[in-house]
Amino acid sequence: MALVTHGEGAPPGVPVVEFKGICKQFGAVKANADVSFQIRKGSIHGIVGENGAGKSTLMSILYGYYHADSGQILLNGEPAPMRNSQEAIRRGIGMIHQHFMLVDTFTVLENIMLGVEGALVLDTSFKAAEKRLRELGSQYKLEVDPNARVENLSVGAQQRVEILKLIYRGADILILDEPTAVLTPQETDALFAILRVFRDQGKTIILITHKLQEIFALTDRVTVMRAGTVVGEVDTATSSREAVAQLMIGRAIESSLPRAPYQPGAVVLEVAQLNLHNAQGVKLLDKLNFSVRAGEIVAIAGVSGNGQSELLEVLAGMRLPSSGELRYQDQRLPYAGRHDADGLPAVYRTLGIAHAPEDRLREGLVKANSVALNAILGHQKDAAFAARGLLKPEAILAHAERLVREFDVRPADPQLRVGLLSGGNQQKVVLGREIAARPTLMLIGQPTRGVDIGSIDTIHRRLLALRDAGIAIVLVSVELEEIRVLADRIIVMCGGRMTGELAAQDFDTTRIGLMMGGVSQTVSP
Amino acid sequence: MNPQDLPRWATSLLLPILNLLSALLVAGLVIYALGESPLESLGILVNSAFLNPEGLGYTLFYATTFIFTALGVAFALHTGLFNIGGEGQMYVGGLGMALVVLNMDAHWGPWVVIPLAIACSALFGAAWAFLPGYLQARRGSHIVVTTIMFNFIAASLMNYVIVSLLIPVGQQTTASRQFAASGWLPRLNEWLPVLGQTPVNISFLLALAALAVYALVMRRTTWGYGIRAVGLNPHAAHYAGVSIKGVVIGVMAVSGALAGMAAVNSEMGSAHQLGLNFTAGAGYIGIAVALMGRNHPIGMLLSAVLFGGLIQGGFDLSLEKSNIPPETFVFIQGLVILFCGAMENLYAPAVAGLLRKMKKPSTA
Repeated sequence: MALVTHGEGAPPGVPVVEFKGICKQFGAVKANADVSFQIRKGSIHGIVGENGAGKSTLMSILYGYYHADSGQILLNGEPAPMRNSQEAIRRGIGMIHQHFMLVDTFTVLENIMLGVEGALVLDTSFKAAEKRLRELGSQYKLEVDPNARVENLSVGAQQRVEILKLIYRGADILILDEPTAVLTPQETDALFAILRVFRDQGKTIILITHKLQEIFALTDRVTVMRAGTVVGEVDTATSSREAVAQLMIGRAIESSLPRAPYQPGAVVLEVAQLNLHNAQGVKLLDKLNFSVRAGEIVAIAGVSGNGQSELLEVLAGMRLPSSGELRYQDQRLPYAGRHDADGLPAVYRTLGIAHAPEDRLREGLVKANSVALNAILGHQKDAAFAARGLLKPEAILAHAERLVREFDVRPADPQLRVGLLSGGNQQKVVLGREIAARPTLMLIGQPTRGVDIGSIDTIHRRLLALRDAGIAIVLVSVELEEIRVLADRIIVMCGGRMTGELAAQDFDTTRIGLMMGGVSQTVSP
Repeated sequence: MNPQDLPRWATSLLLPILNLLSALLVAGLVIYALGESPLESLGILVNSAFLNPEGLGYTLFYATTFIFTALGVAFALHTGLFNIGGEGQMYVGGLGMALVVLNMDAHWGPWVVIPLAIACSALFGAAWAFLPGYLQARRGSHIVVTTIMFNFIAASLMNYVIVSLLIPVGQQTTASRQFAASGWLPRLNEWLPVLGQTPVNISFLLALAALAVYALVMRRTTWGYGIRAVGLNPHAAHYAGVSIKGVVIGVMAVSGALAGMAAVNSEMGSAHQLGLNFTAGAGYIGIAVALMGRNHPIGMLLSAVLFGGLIQGGFDLSLEKSNIPPETFVFIQGLVILFCGAMENLYAPAVAGLLRKMKKPSTA
């Protein structure tokens, strides 16, 4: 079968994409500073870097979302100014976003044809498209039923639909932005297999990621970015994780962190027969039973969307459980007899329950407010920050300054709008605020989502220090690596149920992966 | 630079001025089409509304009402609630005021009647806004729909109360009886004779105080902190333990109280009776004033004075220029609302582009 090529007879050896001195500035921030590198045709090219290193900006420039302040992009040796994303698509560039751009109620075929219907009457183009889709599916081993509804597909299958959509439109260069964030380990493996087929058939793949294991599992060559510049480029076959990590953050990261011996104290939280269903009666949490002791980190593993978020919300008082019992320090949490959870989180907070939510921009921060005002969110009525209903601006500012210093929030300006900070620094504000409250029980969702590697290390050390200080911690994370580093005990959830529980020393990616996929393993007590 | 990243001085000063000039330009074209000189007309308008002390007194008199109704909008807007019901809340507030004055003005002095009447106008306005607030918080009824409905209900209710219960036997005008002097608000010309025979009264000072209290509550109290959190990010407010339902109900009641107090200015300060339809659309103008003033206390003060000036100046303009009908001020007011409210970001992209160009040479 002939390969689909858009090379237009470019001589071999000419890079398919070349960035030449790309500069892009947002306000005072240089997102890209003189970025130059080449991507070989038919390769899988990784771009790694901390958050805010400029990877996404560079790809947005390639995809026509942003315009470079200076510099140029060459495609197959020809200058190719990208005025908008339509032009990028026309030149054979396709991008898979973290959030899929699919219409849930449409079939796979309808989604793929959306925007390229090609005729007023759909029937004929549908038939042609379906035929072409099946061809593409077998050519690239991307089997998806063209007539399945997208809402009935798994996340991995939806991602395959996105890829098919781009191939159908003639994409030769695929950009994938953190594609594995929503996948199970098994689905990740399947995706990688597909991408390798693409490469072998002459397509070029650009993978943006912050996960080093993905770089080494998949890519041929990797460009490392830091603070808007290219700091290194290596062939993955002749390099090592440690070397790339060092390039990325400028120092080595540790694969395990120091921690005190596991000596759990009294039971702080006890969850018994906890159920939660939504207004439609769909079960979100199904008979959960577990307990958390002082001085231990209990990690909840699972693919996102399997009830972990809801569990954290119930424990933090943001939602009422449908049935079951929550005991905290031998007292029933005061949720009984309420119609709704309106105002309940304040009550839980005064009992010593702190909560760093999964989605910090949606729940943990008020983006338009300053760092200082966010540093007291949830504690605005504490005697330290207010008296008789009046806020104490000096005390609030002093508190924020302390927090910014202690948690190394950059830029160190408490008056700055929190929305202007990078993800890692926003997370430091949230965690700093919750830790400063000296909790007995700490609930943390996705502590390092969207956080750069340098900050991940800092955050992990902080959490372990909390544990060593005797605080009970419930950690929800979709990053198994994070769970491996932090957890004392691991609970795996799938479909709102606990599908397994294991101790840290029994950590086993394959076993956890199976549990995450709903295959129950023997639950050890 | 993107339009949303414009510096504060540009969004809060430059853009409103450009919008206002645009509105005046269009108004000038229409006046020209009517056969009058736009510049001369503008001169008359400005002179009558702001330069002549007596005219300024009238301008401030009208502005007083608008400050209260605008505060009623702005307060609710901080929680993300669009309170369209200022008109009805003001009207019902007038009922609370009149009940106090009509029952007490014969027996009690102004020191008792005036504070009690003001308090009662706030109480009635608050009660009228509490209901939509409660329905929004507890039943999910949309505040825009309910407050509009409550405006109609208020109009019908007040029509019944005034026409069937309050008009004294034998009186022709559709209003309550005249208040006795203890129900009259002291006018500012008692201390500032330069204001001449204008009805601007102590409720203007009350309006300024209300603006200051509003700023204090929003910036310096835990309640204001919660209110703004609910408006900026309700999910984060819930996370923080702020009772969203409590905030919605409380904020609507305070908004209603502020709109209710708007009744006092015209009825106790000038008409000295409770008249049918005395609100005359002030509740709706309050929406425009709050939007144009961008919820900022000083911004709202300035835009309330602007709208007051348009009424006063437009009225004098139609007296002096035979070709200009008295409705002209309604028309100019409409243009101001159009340019400053509905199309407030009309010039934002152009200003952003200009700033970008000016900045580039200096940073390169």
